[in-house]
Amino acid sequence: MEEKQKFTISVYTENNIGLLNRISAIFLKRHINIESLTVSKSEIEDVHRFTIVANMTEKGIKKILGQIEKQIEVIRAFYHTDDEVIFQETAMFKISTEHLYDEKIQNKLKLRRAHMVTINERYFVIETTGTTEDINRLYDRLKPYGLLQFVRSGRIAITKEKMAISELLQEFKD
Amino acid sequence: METKSTLTKTSDTSKSVRIIGAEAVVKCLLAEGQTLGYGYPGGAIMPVYDELYKYQDQFTHILTRHEQGAIHAAQGHARVTGDVGIVFATSGPGATNLVTGIADAQIDSTPLVCITGQVASHLLGTDAFQETDIVGISTPVTKWNYQITKASEIPGVFAKAFYIAKSGRPGPVLIDITKDAQLEVFDFVYKKCTSIRSYRPVPHYDIHKIKEAANLINNAKKPFVVFGQGVILGQAESEFKAVIEKANIPSASTALGLSAINSTHPLNVGMVGMHGHYAPNKLTNECDVLIAIGMRFDDRVTGDLARYATQAKIIHFDIDPSEIDKNVPTTVAVLGDVKETLAELLPLLNPTSHEAWFDKFKKLRSIENQEVIDPQLNPTKEGLTMGEVLKGINKETKGDAIIVSDVGQHQMFACRYADFKKTRSNITSGGLGTMGFALPAAIGAKLGAPEREVVAIIGDGGYQMTCNELGTILQTKAAVKIVVLNNGYLGMVRQWQELFFDKRYASTEMVSPNFVKLAGAYDIEAIRVSKREDLPKAIEKMIASDHAFFLEVIIEKEDNIFPMIPTGSSVSEVRLK
Ligand SMILES: Cc1ncc(C[n+]2csc(CCOP(=O)(O)OP(=O)(O)O)c2C)c(N)n1
Ligand SMILES: [Mg+2]
Repeated sequence: MEEKQKFTISVYTENNIGLLNRISAIFLKRHINIESLTVSKSEIEDVHRFTIVANMTEKGIKKILGQIEKQIEVIRAFYHTDDEVIFQETAMFKISTEHLYDEKIQNKLKLRRAHMVTINERYFVIETTGTTEDINRLYDRLKPYGLLQFVRSGRIAITKEKMAISELLQEFKD
Repeated sequence: METKSTLTKTSDTSKSVRIIGAEAVVKCLLAEGQTLGYGYPGGAIMPVYDELYKYQDQFTHILTRHEQGAIHAAQGHARVTGDVGIVFATSGPGATNLVTGIADAQIDSTPLVCITGQVASHLLGTDAFQETDIVGISTPVTKWNYQITKASEIPGVFAKAFYIAKSGRPGPVLIDITKDAQLEVFDFVYKKCTSIRSYRPVPHYDIHKIKEAANLINNAKKPFVVFGQGVILGQAESEFKAVIEKANIPSASTALGLSAINSTHPLNVGMVGMHGHYAPNKLTNECDVLIAIGMRFDDRVTGDLARYATQAKIIHFDIDPSEIDKNVPTTVAVLGDVKETLAELLPLLNPTSHEAWFDKFKKLRSIENQEVIDPQLNPTKEGLTMGEVLKGINKETKGDAIIVSDVGQHQMFACRYADFKKTRSNITSGGLGTMGFALPAAIGAKLGAPEREVVAIIGDGGYQMTCNELGTILQTKAAVKIVVLNNGYLGMVRQWQELFFDKRYASTEMVSPNFVKLAGAYDIEAIRVSKREDLPKAIEKMIASDHAFFLEVIIEKEDNIFPMIPTGSSVSEVRLK
């Protein structure tokens, strides 16, 4: 059996209400867990971008990509390994203000380049951006202080290589 | 944003008229050249039905007895004509009753446009009466779907729907229209859609790949073609025939590929798959180059994938890139429309003879004739066989009929034993295996091709799933010939119980009503045959009739369909008994 690994899938699409459902159904049908999914604008006007992270074999990801590209509103889909993308996640922590002047916390935050988003007499909120591992590390360090809330975004990624979407769209116009 | 002109290229403009959405729906259908559809009315689609009433001189609506009947009829219609099948249903239960047919059309690549009514847009999401999320429900089984909430969206969405349904690899689309959008007045103009920027229905072919394929074929000692419905969908029957004739390659069909070439063509070596022919199944694992044309390596075709043609180089011709390497890894993939790619391939092929290779097919065929086919066609035991019924039908129709089969043993008998002279003559639910498909599909086939003889071959089980559609025959007078092969069992399941569950016949013995009387209640002439000597006359009478006709044949109860590749076995382990 081929080894599973983490892949980042970038899907360029038209804006369509049902597309998220269609794309997630492709994963569901094959019993593949989506680790994270982010939908946003892209660099091209009117074109949206799905960034999906899944742990699977390369053989599997090729088939999934075929199914995704088959959807009418999908312009193109690409997949990349972690080496081929620059990626980030964002996390937020809500902690009780009683810990604010704890020196250890201060050091930890500096170390992780985390920064304060808001502060009041009851709680403070900090935010950090980094890899999953970076965020996990900070999570482990802050956990002893009793996290009032924790949330993490899905991965967003920029590929090192070019994804030739504009050319594809140009081709259509010609 | 769907109808934005930057996203879709359109052609043809006509003057705008101020009409309501429901009338626009009918005008869209007419603009697409559609003159007949199948459906069932209800509250949420009443405005559209009101317009169908007004336009009845231009558009015929066939009222079925169930929405499932409507969609299977549209499938039958689409498959014999090659055009898009049109279906109407109301919201809620009307729409959900379509789901089986949509899934069937999706897996068998049948072009459909399904139009469902929906509750008014201000009620969406309120669990209103007969509100159901049909767009959500149908998403995984449609090629595309869309919910219209404003009348102004109608022309653009319909144009897009027709284009998507029939282009590239065809499939079903669903348009859900809220009741307020049906009633809203707007300025209607119709422009056909000719392209969508995010959708490439036909990939450009690569001539180098075709050269590579030709090279492999020219150097093959034991080439073998497996062809599927792609040949029919691509209207590439003559290109296909020219290719196999020039290179002289034994060719076998999938169930849905049947009738793409004459059953008696000397290069046609039968059908592959679970109940296919002995020689092509066995020799799949001996060929040196396997040329797959417009087929998708379904598990019913391949048996155990790990032991499927591993010795062979694989060439795969297909229009759908997602089919390449999906199940069987290819040596050369030729993407594109087979009508074009096969035409390009033809001049590159060398005429070759493969005498010794053909001899192998002949040898195995004679074993199958002796062990399986002869006893079916010329039985010596008392009970009637399904094979002899098909033989009788071949004799009377001379292979000119459209054979519509249901699902079960009789289906496999129909696929194996029916003669096909013309393309688009084998209509069956292949990918989904939907019992209840045949009767309504036969009605649609007859209405789609009224000049052709249409014979439905149905089991006693499947018949009772949709025999309500006899009412549609009564009302439309569609001259469908219905043959029920009654073995008193859900035969295919019983066969598996016999072979793999020690004959524990759990819920497969079926008591049936008097089918002849039932047909009689619908004014359909009907005969029951239980003796061999009565069979030829009965078939003759049925085919000679200008009206719908019902023939029930009492079949040996525990007959089995062979050859068979048991699940998990390799194609070369195909069993003769
Ligand atoms: C809607 C549906 N339900 C169940 C099945 C499973 N199934 C496949 S074949 C079969 C038996 C069909 O019996 P019958 O129509 O009498 O045909 P026979 O096999 O006896 O020729 C059944 C139950 C199916 N294919 N479709
Ligand atoms: Mg039966």
